Order: sequence, then structure tokens, then C-alpha cells
Amino acid sequence: MSLLKVRFNRWSHLFLPLSVLVILLLINLIKGVDYFKITMVNGVFYGNIPNILFGAAELVILSIGMTLVTAAACGQDISIGESGAISSAIFVQYVLNAGEVTIWTILAGFLLSCVAGMLIGAFNGTLVSYFNVQPMVATLILFLGGRSIAFIIDGKVSPILANPISNQIGTFIPGVPIQTPIILTVVFIVLVAVVLKTTNLRLYVEAVGVNPSAARLNGINPKKIIFLTFLIMGVCSAVAGFLAVNKAGRHDSVNLLKFIMMDAILAVALGGNSLAGGKFSITGSIIGAYTIEVLNRTLLRLEVNPEAIKAFKAVFIIILMVIASPVVRAFARKLLDKAKTIVTGDSVRQTGALDEAVVSMTDSSGKEE
Amino acid sequence: MRSEIILRMEGISKSFPGVRALHNVDFVLRRGEIHALMGENGAGKSTLIKILNGVYEKDAGRIILEGRPVHFKSPQDAQNMGIGTVFQEIALCPNLTVADNMFIGRSRDAVVRWKQMNEKTAEMLNSLGIPASPTQELASCSLAVQQMIAIARAVDMDCKILILDEPTSSLDEDETKKLFALMRELKSRGVGIIFITHFIDEVYEISDTITVLRNGELIGEYETAALSQIELISKMMGKALSDVAAIKKHELSQSDASVPVFAAKDLSSTAGVRPFDFTIHEGEVNGFAGLLGSGRSESVRAFFAADKVTSGEVKIKGKRAKIRTPLDAMKQGIGYLPEDRKAEGIIGELSVRDNIILALQVMKGFFKPLSRKQAEEFANQYIQLLGIKTPSIDTPIKSLSGGNQQKVILARWLLTHPMYLILDEPTRGIDVGTKVEIQKLILKLAEDGMSLTFISSEIDEMLRVCSRLIVMKDREIVGELRGANLTEQNVMHMIAQGG
Amino acid sequence: MKRLTRVGLLLLGVVFVLSTVCGMVAAEELIRVGIVNLPPEESGYRQANVEDMSRVFSRENGYDAKQTNTADVNEQMAAAMGYIRDGVDYLLISAAHASGWDDALLAAKRAGVRVILFDRAIDTDPSNYEAALLSDMHYEGQLATDWVLNNVPEPINLILIRGQLGSAAEIGRSAPVLNAAQEGKLNLVWDGTGGDTWSLEEARKVVEAAIAAGKDFNVIYAQNDGMAQGAVQALEAAGISHGKNGKVKIIGFDFNRFALRNVQAGYWDADVQCNPRQAAQIDQWIKSGNIPAGIVYQEEIILDTDTIIDEHIENYGINPDPGKGVITR
Repeated sequence: MSLLKVRFNRWSHLFLPLSVLVILLLINLIKGVDYFKITMVNGVFYGNIPNILFGAAELVILSIGMTLVTAAACGQDISIGESGAISSAIFVQYVLNAGEVTIWTILAGFLLSCVAGMLIGAFNGTLVSYFNVQPMVATLILFLGGRSIAFIIDGKVSPILANPISNQIGTFIPGVPIQTPIILTVVFIVLVAVVLKTTNLRLYVEAVGVNPSAARLNGINPKKIIFLTFLIMGVCSAVAGFLAVNKAGRHDSVNLLKFIMMDAILAVALGGNSLAGGKFSITGSIIGAYTIEVLNRTLLRLEVNPEAIKAFKAVFIIILMVIASPVVRAFARKLLDKAKTIVTGDSVRQTGALDEAVVSMTDSSGKEE
Repeated sequence: MRSEIILRMEGISKSFPGVRALHNVDFVLRRGEIHALMGENGAGKSTLIKILNGVYEKDAGRIILEGRPVHFKSPQDAQNMGIGTVFQEIALCPNLTVADNMFIGRSRDAVVRWKQMNEKTAEMLNSLGIPASPTQELASCSLAVQQMIAIARAVDMDCKILILDEPTSSLDEDETKKLFALMRELKSRGVGIIFITHFIDEVYEISDTITVLRNGELIGEYETAALSQIELISKMMGKALSDVAAIKKHELSQSDASVPVFAAKDLSSTAGVRPFDFTIHEGEVNGFAGLLGSGRSESVRAFFAADKVTSGEVKIKGKRAKIRTPLDAMKQGIGYLPEDRKAEGIIGELSVRDNIILALQVMKGFFKPLSRKQAEEFANQYIQLLGIKTPSIDTPIKSLSGGNQQKVILARWLLTHPMYLILDEPTRGIDVGTKVEIQKLILKLAEDGMSLTFISSEIDEMLRVCSRLIVMKDREIVGELRGANLTEQNVMHMIAQGG
Repeated sequence: MKRLTRVGLLLLGVVFVLSTVCGMVAAEELIRVGIVNLPPEESGYRQANVEDMSRVFSRENGYDAKQTNTADVNEQMAAAMGYIRDGVDYLLISAAHASGWDDALLAAKRAGVRVILFDRAIDTDPSNYEAALLSDMHYEGQLATDWVLNNVPEPINLILIRGQLGSAAEIGRSAPVLNAAQEGKLNLVWDGTGGDTWSLEEARKVVEAAIAAGKDFNVIYAQNDGMAQGAVQALEAAGISHGKNGKVKIIGFDFNRFALRNVQAGYWDADVQCNPRQAAQIDQWIKSGNIPAGIVYQEEIILDTDTIIDEHIENYGINPDPGKGVITR
């Protein structure tokens, strides 16, 4: 019982992002009961769910980096799409100039693009951490200029990446029943989980985001940590760019990952993270990213008129954000408690810890006695 | 003497799920009375106040205001009925003018009448003797004046009852005097004032009546003049008188000839302290005395490289050490509990567990995280050791009371097993019981061989704990006291004569 | 140090004198042209357009041409005014926004500068410029729609994937399809958009949604090549055949070389030209002194698997050529 309680407390912050996702899935299910149906096409799983996982790959990866940047720097990186466009342009140039394309060329090109992503991250990170520029302002520079840089790297055209390995990365590897971008997303998430498990990244980032002065007096260098999150963001951008360009089969510096930072920021917010930094939940952001993908597809599934699709999306997002807001969250908890007290008399005891957290959340001025 | 009752709270009870905050508490306030509400952390003072000003709804009981039962649904309700509250943190806008702050959110007209507003403000400030001009920017006023303006604002909203929640905690002595003058003025106008503070001297200086709460229950209402300080403390703590006075400091036997644990020479930092020397030996507890702004905090911050060190050299156990960052200092076995708990101590949103293990974790390094189990063990161990009151180790530290937050920070440093621990105002803003506990803890640690520097604005506290006091004035050390010379008189003298 | 500065100054002086002399000599024989265009990084189309302008309006070809490429319409107008002050003979404009150009055009008129619009129209009285050489988006749409009506077996069930809603290209390329649907010549089974960025990913999602909804369709009419590519990716993943011998016919726009190669390989079915190369025509007008009045539409073509040849791809295509037989999936 008590173990269960601990588990529940630890994951309770995911309750709302998940409920939002479930609501959307239910809408889809009502529209057609075959929503979750999965078939095999050419030896690969096919259906709405694989499509969602495939389509959201880049957004999921970017929202992980955005979560970290948001948590530590208490602001957002708006140049992630441009950063992805630049690093993937370098990847494409490397592959096109390598002559014969083998898995090693692709890998080397990918690593090179990661380095490029990190350099971009270092540039943004230096501005934010060492020159104290607001993250949005610092990253505005590349947001505005990044695509021109990618365009020049591309040699002022849209180079074609028509080789079989790229195609397999963008679609599927024969004999593997899951599309490659989905596998790579999972691999990336696992890597991030390992990093979080084997380092103090979470503790440091949260400490810096909540209270940089206190973090500094405990031996953490807030500048380094903020810088580090931008480096990680750079890698995320490079990976997302890599996936996007292999999916597309050509490098379109103008449109590749365009405006994706909007969705990435939204994913972070939907995941229950504060955009003002501090404690973060990467799991929440990942759920948020998939939620956005599901939302986009839900609008299509409901056959919303193309002219109205933006308005519908806005309305949906407002509703989702309200559902995920702390106010509604606290209210939901209260209702839940009341329901419990009605069902069992002494349940107050069991949920004590949770409720106190709610009390302190609903009334933060109550902390000082 | 006793005048007409304006407020009567009867049988007030309030529970939060799992916690009984108030149980059957009565409280009475009279016209023109300054009524101190006393109690340790968790006694229920804040809950009672928040029920009175409409933040919380009571579970049971009655509130009778000027003979009529009332029921507040919101803070706005309470305000409209004439109950004004001024909190510890000033809730005004520093970048607006004084007059703006007096009237913000109150004007019902879309158009603001600047001239009228300024005139009215000037009149108000004048009548209350507040030294500020209506057109001055609020941030340019001292904290005390800002506090007074917050009070004036509350009073101006036709208030009959004024609640002051720790209004003096960030004021110095002079400023406190000014605030008290204002309180007396309001008292003479018939305003009933409820006053919450941790400074017992203040209670005796200003209040007429004291109500003591403990663990959510009413202990009693007393006339201030009839209750001795030591009685008050024992009522708040629920302990016998002998316990409170029982702190005995252990006198240092070592001579200065032994190698000091920490020695600094010609140390100075960007915080602007003149280069100074300092040593501390094993098992020694010393302190820096001086008025606010004398440089006592800035000095100890330099030991920890909390500010950028600009000159000087440091020796740890006789060996030269380079301390450029707090991490360097931590690795040399130095711990530092900062003066400003909220701004520099706690990581508010993080759990009690994370706050406890933070310093140890950082010393271990980025790539060596403690396992969850280890972290929980450490946290639980220190929660028990220091008697930290928290619903769970996962509770965010910001929802603990001030005293418990401070204990968490102490736990954080104790967990690193420092050789030398610097405690800057560890007892500020926390209740008497915890203060005594912390003092005892300091002496216990010293007995076990730890060296400590202890700073407090309450001199008697330092006299009780420290075997040596370094006296500062105007960012310079003006002298040192030890042994029999260690008296309040001597400290005052030294400050008065020095410099 | 001092000496270095002096040498530098001297060199600078020499360069300056030489360049003015050259300029004076050149000015006597060359036709002076000011070109106001959009930046090449806007799109592959624009890159081809800017490149074409630079190639044709060169010194070798008898022109003294200056180019300003910016997406900011105010900068464009400022550049136009600058060229008028410089006393150019011709002003060639591709406007970032269609409105607000009257002042600049009148100034040109007063100064005797002849204005030719290319690629993008301006909302103004036709007397304010000499000629405008444009792509007729409606005509392009008509070419594609006619191809569908003639080549797709009945019943025609079409998925329309629009570009940025409200853009001239989207309106022009949508109208003939919508008309045909209204007249009952074809069924519009799905109406979607790739959004403001004419996005490949969005187009893919549109087709995936249509498949998931169980729609039966045999044509995808995507208003640019990138969106056609996304649509085909969705078909591939779902195992639906397409192209020359397949079930679903694919039409794209813009003549990207990769798209033309896909058509040539029978992976797609047809592509409609949107010609970015107006320079040669304008050059011919200027040299002949015979400039038509008002709007002139370029002749544009549609190519399908039967009509396409390598020369088309080489001469009319934009962006890099992946090579013969290479399919860009």
C-alpha cells in the first residue's frame, strides 16, 4: 500500500498531461473505432499509432532539449529549427562529398552534424550564460539568420539525398517491422534516461533553475550548467535535423523544421513544466509532444476545413492548457479527495502527503508560519 | 483600562487534510490595543490570521466583528469590513511612486486624478509622520518607510483592525523604532493591532496583551506587563523554565599556538571589506559582532569565496589553499549557511531530500549521483537527527516553516561533515524553541571537534555560544573579545569607540 | 605602421580612380538596369530566378545592372528610389508585397525610368509601369486539371493538397480543380493543406488522414513538389501503388529537377512548370525596344511520363539534378 502510494506520488505530475492525451485519443476513437488498428504493410507496422510515432519523432527529440533549456535558463531557445537546418545541411554536404555512401559515411556525417549542433548550442549558451542575454533574444539571432547560413552551406540549392541508406533511415530497414525514425527516437530517449540516471544533470539543472544564487553557494556553477543545457539542445537539434532530412530525402533549408520551436515550447508546457524554469519533467514533455502530434492529426481526422484548421487548433490548445493548468489540477485533486472521503472514511490519512502538497500549491503564502 | 471589544473569534477550528492546524481557539481584540500573537512555528498563528483576513475558510467557530457575526469568503470581503493586513514581505510595487502605491487597485474611476491623489497621499503621510513624499519612487525609500507606507495604505482603507505579520524582520533597530511610533499613533486613533514577531524584546516594548498558541491550541491570553519573558518563552515552548536557561558553553582550552584549522591573511573581496586576518582553531566557536552593514557577513563570505576574493591568502591546517569558488571551499572542508535563507539557502521547489543532499552531491561530482536509496537514507537520518518537521522527504522545502527550512540547510552542511562551518544568522526569523536547539547543536558540534563561526544580530545569543567575538565596524575589524571580557557592554563599547 | 597606412591610402586612391574611369567608360555603352528582387534563400524557385537575372543582365550582355534582394518591402522601395536617383534606364521589380508602390512608380515615371515588373504583380494602375511578365497560376492549375481530366480513368477521386492558403499560387492553382469538382467532372474526396510553409510533413499527414478515413482516391494534386513528395511517402508507407503503372496519379508543381526525374522514372505522373526565368524575355524586349503594355503571361508547360525528356529537365528544372533514373522518395 505505502509503496503504491510512493509510486503514485512520484508519477502524479504526469496525470494531467496523460489525461489530455487520453481525451484526444478518445475523440479519435469516437470518430472511428478502428483508430488503434495496426496492420502490416511490406513487413512494417502500419496504422494511426505508427504514423503518430513516426511523425512526432523530431518534435519529441527537440522537446527534450527544450525542457532542459527551459528548466535551467528559465527561457526558451527559439532557434532550434534553424539549428537543425544548419547541422543537417552540414550532414548532407559531408555525405554528398564523400563519394560512395556507406553506413560509416552516414555515421561520420551525423557525428559531424552533432558537433555543428553543439557549436551552435555553445554560441547560444555563451550569450545566455556568460553575457546574460535573455534566451529568446540570444536565440533570435540564429532564428533570423540561421536559414541563410544553411542555404549557403547547401550551395544555394536544395541538395538531394537520394541514397539507399538515407532512405532506410527515413523509412524502414527491410526485415525490421518498425520504422527507423521511431526506433531512433526510442534510442535517443533511452540515452537521455541513462544520462539522467548516471549523472546529476537533473539536480543541477533544477537547482540552477529554481535558485541560481543558492546553487552557486552549493558549489554548482550556474553559468556552466546553463551552457551545458544549450549544448544538449544543440545535439537534440542536430538529431532532429538528421531525422528530418533523411525523411525528406533532400535538404530544404527554407522549410526544414520551420516554426517547430512553437510546438516544442508548447510540448514543454503541456507536459506540466513551468516555462519560468525550475523543476522539470522530460516524460511530461515527451507526452506533450505526442499530444501535439495527435492533436494535429485529430483535426485532420475530424475533416476540419483547411481554412478553419488553425482556429480549431488554437481553441483546442487553449482547452488543453486550461485542463493542464495548476488551478484545474488543484481543483481535480480536491474533487478526488472529496470523492474518496465519501467512499471511505479514513482515506484522508492515506493521501495526506499529496494533499499537503496541494495545500502548499494552492496557497503558497501559507509557507511561513 | 480595558476598552471596548471590536473583534471576538470563538471556537475557531481548522484542519488541512492530515493536519489539525487550529482547534477550538478563542481570540479577542479591543479598540486601541496592540495585541501580540505568539507561538512557535506550527503553533497556528498564520492560520488564525488567514482565517481572520479571509484567505482560509474556518471549519468551525464564529467571528464577531463589532458585535455582529461575520463570514468572510475572500480577502476582499475582510478588507471591505475594515481588516487590513501587512505581510512580512512588502507587497507593493517598488518602481511606482508612493502615491501610486497608496492608490493602486483602489481607484474606481478609469481616469486617475493625479493632483488629488498626490494631495491626499501627502496629507496621509504627514498625519502619520511618515518621512516620504508622494511623488517619490517607492524603491528610493528605506525598507522601514516602505513598510510604513504599506501600513498607511491598509489604514487608509478605513481599517479598524490592522494585522502586522512580522513587520520588523527586515528592519534595523532605528527603523523598528519609527515603525513602533507609527503603531502607537494608530493605537491612539483606536485601531486594534494584531502583531506577530519573533523578537521577544519587541513584544515587551510595544504590546499591551499577549495571546500564546501552541500546536494549534490556545494556551492563554496575558497582560504583557504581568508576564515575564522567561515565562512567555516557556509557555510558547511548553517546557519548564530550567530547560530554557540550560545552555552551557564549553570553554576553549587550546592555546593559539596550535595550528589553526583555517587561517586567512589580508583577505578582501569584491563585497568591499578591508583586508583582514582571521584564524580559527579546532573545536572553536567564534563570532563576528557588529551592526547591520558593519561587514560581518561580507567577511565570512570571503572565506567561502561567496563573493569574488580580490586579495589575501588562505591556509587550511597550515597548508596554503586556493579557494576561488564555493566548490573549492567545500572541498577544503568548509561549509557556509548564508544569511538570506530564501535567496541563497533553500532551493524552494525542490524536495527536502534534494535540499539535504545537495552539497554532498555536488562534492561527490556530476557523474556520481547518489542512488535514490542512499539519498533517502541520508535525508531520513538528518530529518530525525535535527527533528525536521516535514510531511515527507518529497515535500518541497518551500512549504516548510522557516525554522524547519533552516534545519534542512543545516542538515545539508552537516551531511558533508565539514571541518569548519560558517553559520550566518542561522536563527533569524525562526521560533525560540528552534533557536535554542540550534545553539545547543552548535556547541555539540564544537565539542566533537568542528570549528564554527556563528553570526547573529542578537548579541546575547552570540555571547551564549561563542568563546571569541570579532567586533566589526564600518567594514573593518575594530577588536576582539574573549573569556571574561565577553560581555554585551564590552561589545557595545568597542563598537562605539572603534573605527 | 604609419608607412603601411600611407601605402594603403595610396592603393585605395588608385583603385578609386581606376574604378571611376572604368565606370565612366562603361556607362557610355551599357544599358543601366536596377533590379529589385526577393532574396535567393526564400526558395529554390527564387534562387533560380535571381541566378537567371544575374546571368542575363551582365556586362557581357551589354548591361550595367545592380541587384537588391530583400524580403522587406520597405527596403525594396528604398532600393528602387535609389536606382531612380542613380538614373537607371530600366527598373525591374519583383515585389515582396503587392501594395504601396505608387510613390516609387510615379517617381520612376517622372524621372523617365521605364519599369518592368517580373514574377509578381503590383496593385496599381497599369499606366504606372510598362509591362509585367508573370506566371499565370490559374493557367498552371488549368494545365494540371486538364491533364487529370484527360488521363485519369473515371471516376476521378482527387485529393487536393493546397499551399499557403490565400497566396496567389494557392488561389490560382486551386480554382480550376474546384471548378471541375463543382461541375461534377471529378470528386474532391479530401481537401487539405501543407500550411504556410507548404510543408512536406503536413502533406504527408493529410494523405495519411485520408487513408485512415478509408477514402478511395486515384489522384493527388499537390500544389508544389515538396508536398507531392510528402504525399507519395504516405502512399509508400501504406503500400498504395502510384505513378505510371500505379493506382494513384501524382501531380506536383514547380519543376524541381528531382520531381522531373521522379516523373521520368514513372514514380510520379506529371509536373507543372512555374518558370522562374523571365530574364531572357525581358532582355529581348529591352534590346528590341518593343516592350508590350500591361500584363504578359509566360508560356508554361506540363510534363508527364510520356512527354518528358532530359533536355526539359536540364533547361527548365530548378535545384540540383539527382541524376537520371534516381528516384527521390
